[in-house]
Amino acid sequence: MTLLTIAIDWAFVIEKILLISAVLGVSLLIAMYETYGERKVAAWIQDRRGPNRAGPFGILQPLADGGKLFFKEEIIPATANRFLFILGPSIAMLAACLTSAVIPWGDVLTIAGRQISLQVADVNIGVLWIIAVLGMGVYGIMIGGWASNNKFSLLAACRGASQVISYELPMGLALIALFMISGSLSLKDIVEQQRDGVWFVLLQPLGFLIFLICAFAECNRTPFDLPEAENELNGGYHLEYSSMKLGFYLFAEYINMFISSALMATLYFGGYSFPFMDSLGLSPNMVTILGIIALFLKTFIFIFFFMWVRWTIPRFRYDQLMKLGWNVLIPLALLNMLVTGAVILYRQG
Amino acid sequence: MQTLTNRAQPVDRRPMTFWEKMYLPAIAKGMGITLSHIFKKKATVNYPEEKRPFSPVFRGLHVLNRDEEGRERCTACGLCAVACPAEAITMEAAERLPGEEHLYREEKYAARYEINMLRCIFCGFCEEACPKQAIYMTETFAPANYQRKGFIYGKDDLLIPDPKNPITVKK
Repeated sequence: MTLLTIAIDWAFVIEKILLISAVLGVSLLIAMYETYGERKVAAWIQDRRGPNRAGPFGILQPLADGGKLFFKEEIIPATANRFLFILGPSIAMLAACLTSAVIPWGDVLTIAGRQISLQVADVNIGVLWIIAVLGMGVYGIMIGGWASNNKFSLLAACRGASQVISYELPMGLALIALFMISGSLSLKDIVEQQRDGVWFVLLQPLGFLIFLICAFAECNRTPFDLPEAENELNGGYHLEYSSMKLGFYLFAEYINMFISSALMATLYFGGYSFPFMDSLGLSPNMVTILGIIALFLKTFIFIFFFMWVRWTIPRFRYDQLMKLGWNVLIPLALLNMLVTGAVILYRQG
Repeated sequence: MQTLTNRAQPVDRRPMTFWEKMYLPAIAKGMGITLSHIFKKKATVNYPEEKRPFSPVFRGLHVLNRDEEGRERCTACGLCAVACPAEAITMEAAERLPGEEHLYREEKYAARYEINMLRCIFCGFCEEACPKQAIYMTETFAPANYQRKGFIYGKDDLLIPDPKNPITVKK
């Protein structure tokens, strides 16, 4: 009988744990400051100043908001299913954080002769993972609405779930056209191909547009924020939630926004690569660090775009939303897929 | 149908063209407008640090004035109370006793002089009516208070401090 021994590379484990904590910490920090950024952008667009009292330029505002949510009264309705009621926001938060695992935040760092890849998990089905986790996010909405035992919460949850499911289809179809070009589902491969070639947004402009619109819908952002519709309804699926459980739902939304911005930058705008990165003659570590900055810059531009759109476009009506998803985006995505396939075949033949 | 006014505008009810139905050009236009607003001057005034200047004819809280020697100008003639359309002013007159010449300018003075700032409409008629230039309106306004009686301003609130003998002003 042979003894099964598992050799554990402790340095590898520590490296991954550090990386996971860093990615998680950064996503939470960015999500926190997205709330501040959103309020500032909203204010500027409406000729106001925005939060400027808590700390210099109001930069402590997110802390004050978070503190307020913690001190609010925690209410669980008497008729609610307590287990599911707590599970809902937990799933929403978990699904939002899980997505960051497969995004390559940078190239390889060499520290003390050790190659450290700045990606938590380079799985070869990276994009599939993201779509799967996004699908799990629907459960957060659905369970939250169901467990509240409130008919309006349930209606809003159905609205939200059907929206997310409807827009996952064109999103997936737009991504298929992208994979036909890249030939790989690994996000690292996709970035490396854009590093050598051109950004995929130039090859897939229509695909990018569809992906962008679907990303808005997946994140429940205006003009697709009707699961929430906070300014005319009392709230959507999280109607019965209060205190930090409500905070989790709202926070998960901001993390989703950050992750989908990073994803768009990765898939269509070259991720951590930037023009002339290999011809500058800098040390590889320097190039990696500049690459991280480039990725975050691209991400922040997308986050700003999300906010900019929110304060410009009014919300769709529910039938318009469904019509746009099923009658416009899916046929367009299919057409995009067909054209991409035809061009690839033509170039091979 | 005959129009009542000639201001009616015909509404374009033609069906939307393909370009309009695409919706994206209209979005781009709207986003251009919102982007331009980011760089516009902010309408907000950072209130406690920054204050909007008052107009030169602003009528705020009243003060009761003193003359050059620090004596109260008010002689409790009651003209301000008569002029007041809101009936916010109440006063009680008293006779100046010998030895009080350094306090009151005339033989008669206001022992009690109250203005109810909740009734006052800040019209400035009292200022116009005063024959002794005793009441003036300043550029401040009444601060908030928890109780109604806090808005009834007496002599110790209204009278400006005596430049010669500041101790006489109580409170």
